[in-house]
Amino acid sequence: MGKIIELDRVNVFYGSFLAVEDVSLTIEPQTVTAFIGPSGCGKSTLLRTLNRMHEVIPGARVDGEILLDGANLYDDDVDPVSVRREVGMVFQRPNPFPTMSIRDNVLAGYKLNHDRLSKSDEDEIVESALKSANLWKEVKNRLAKPGGGLSGGQQQRLCIARAIAIRPRVLLMDEPTSALDPISTQAIEDLVSQLKKDYTIVIVTHNMQQAARVSDRTAFFNIAGEGEPGKLVEFDDTSVIFSNPSKKNTEDYISGRFG
Amino acid sequence: MASHPTRPSLSRWIIIALFVSGMAMSYAIAAVTASGSEVNVLGVVVVGLVIFGVLTVGLSWATEGRRKAVNRAMAGLITSAFGLALIPLVSLVWTVATLGVARFDSQFFSSSMRNVVGAGGGALHAIIGTLEITLIAALISIPIGLLTSIYLVEYGRGRNRFSRWVTTMVDVMTGIPSIVAGLFAFAMFSLFFGPGVRMGFAGAVALSVLMIPVVVRSSEEMLRLVPNELREASLALGVPKWLTILRVVLPTSVGGLVTGIMIAIARVIGETAPLLIVAGFTQSMNYNPFNERMMTLPVFVYNSYSSQGMDAQAYLDRAWAGALTLIIIVMLLNLGARIVSRVLRPAGNH
Repeated sequence: MGKIIELDRVNVFYGSFLAVEDVSLTIEPQTVTAFIGPSGCGKSTLLRTLNRMHEVIPGARVDGEILLDGANLYDDDVDPVSVRREVGMVFQRPNPFPTMSIRDNVLAGYKLNHDRLSKSDEDEIVESALKSANLWKEVKNRLAKPGGGLSGGQQQRLCIARAIAIRPRVLLMDEPTSALDPISTQAIEDLVSQLKKDYTIVIVTHNMQQAARVSDRTAFFNIAGEGEPGKLVEFDDTSVIFSNPSKKNTEDYISGRFG
Repeated sequence: MASHPTRPSLSRWIIIALFVSGMAMSYAIAAVTASGSEVNVLGVVVVGLVIFGVLTVGLSWATEGRRKAVNRAMAGLITSAFGLALIPLVSLVWTVATLGVARFDSQFFSSSMRNVVGAGGGALHAIIGTLEITLIAALISIPIGLLTSIYLVEYGRGRNRFSRWVTTMVDVMTGIPSIVAGLFAFAMFSLFFGPGVRMGFAGAVALSVLMIPVVVRSSEEMLRLVPNELREASLALGVPKWLTILRVVLPTSVGGLVTGIMIAIARVIGETAPLLIVAGFTQSMNYNPFNERMMTLPVFVYNSYSSQGMDAQAYLDRAWAGALTLIIIVMLLNLGARIVSRVLRPAGNH
């Protein structure tokens, strides 16, 4: 089941540069939360702090607290590797492993970690993950074929299957449809709506219609200007953000006056 | 209008006709000027090609317009440059093959030069020496070079001071003259085994000094080609960094890594100078790289050529056969590298 995520006065730095300033918000379990805002406002950066993937970039660090079901992700004794097993991630561009078959891609979270599974467990995981990702029917007869041979939209659903195969509690999606055509986008959006009954989902998107279609809650981020940190402007139910935002800035962005 | 879309271009038959007439003109000129003496075939071909080029461009300018004529002139220049680059290569292979084949027989591959004066004898001792020394050099260089490049790409990402320093040192090492590597190995082994030490292993150490920077450089390029997205995909699945490198980065780049390593081996297998110093030369078989002098193919070639005995032609024939053997070994290595990288190439990216 999904977990609750609480951010308390979170600042994100790249070296000495403050990229995201003072964000506090609560993401409820089994909901879809959308992060929207103009380019460079720090929404992807903030998303990556939720599973400590920002640490891959040299010099990136966080202060403040991020609690996953009450446990601070940034406590000294927390291993980032175990955080990432709880909080899965799907990236902007589909990135299946080119050396692996479709089946091995789904099982990558286990196989790369040398986890031993019986053949029947493997089959079960592959089938249920691909079914959850709405990809089973399309690939069940070619599981041994390489993942790189699928279409872009299928590859992205394969990546979602790979992320949910290790049964995380939270799924982060960083602009998952920006490299896809409208039909594949539709498939991914339908999938997000289905997945929210099991997972807490946070999705970053540039597409405001997408945020309006798939999310329950929306967080709008903005920057004051070049070199300034990104800030959380408004966080509310999606219906409120898109119909009756409380901040002028949000309304301007939603109605397309900037960004 | 300079060029109309429907204007006819020169057909292939016209080009062939121009080629034939260029050659004919060139032969006619040669026959007239060289009255009596023999006609030089190479000269006729070169002059014929020049006439052919001038005719084609001229006709093209007149019928097709300026743009297409310039295009033909440039295409001709580029093709000639390619041909020029190819001439020394083809000539070299041809010379070595024709001169080497005289002694390219079973005796050459089954006997050493022990007690051989004049004709006969073989290079088995040199082939064994080259293979052993190169193999040891590869065993030393590949782990060091590969691990260094993994450090530079995966751990020195922030371009920290240490990785910049390593990169500079590798660049400096790439430029070390091979004789210096030989002297280095000689000086080092003299410290342990006393002056005048000669052994195959010391030769391998000298070769790895030359080989390591090549392996580091090529592996570094290959590892950088692995998309960051794959590393992120693996890390985001909760896979530790070392397993990500071992099971995602290396398998993705293995084809390129193998090719780079083979090129590095080909680079050092023909080294003569350092081996002349530390491995020395001998006429006898020596299978033990840790004891006594060891012959290698490049040194065998050099030695056969520089100290010809009573039957000079026999020594020259052996030198060429040795050179041919070396070229064939390098070609086989390259062929092997291609096969390996084709087999290991990531599937599905079409």
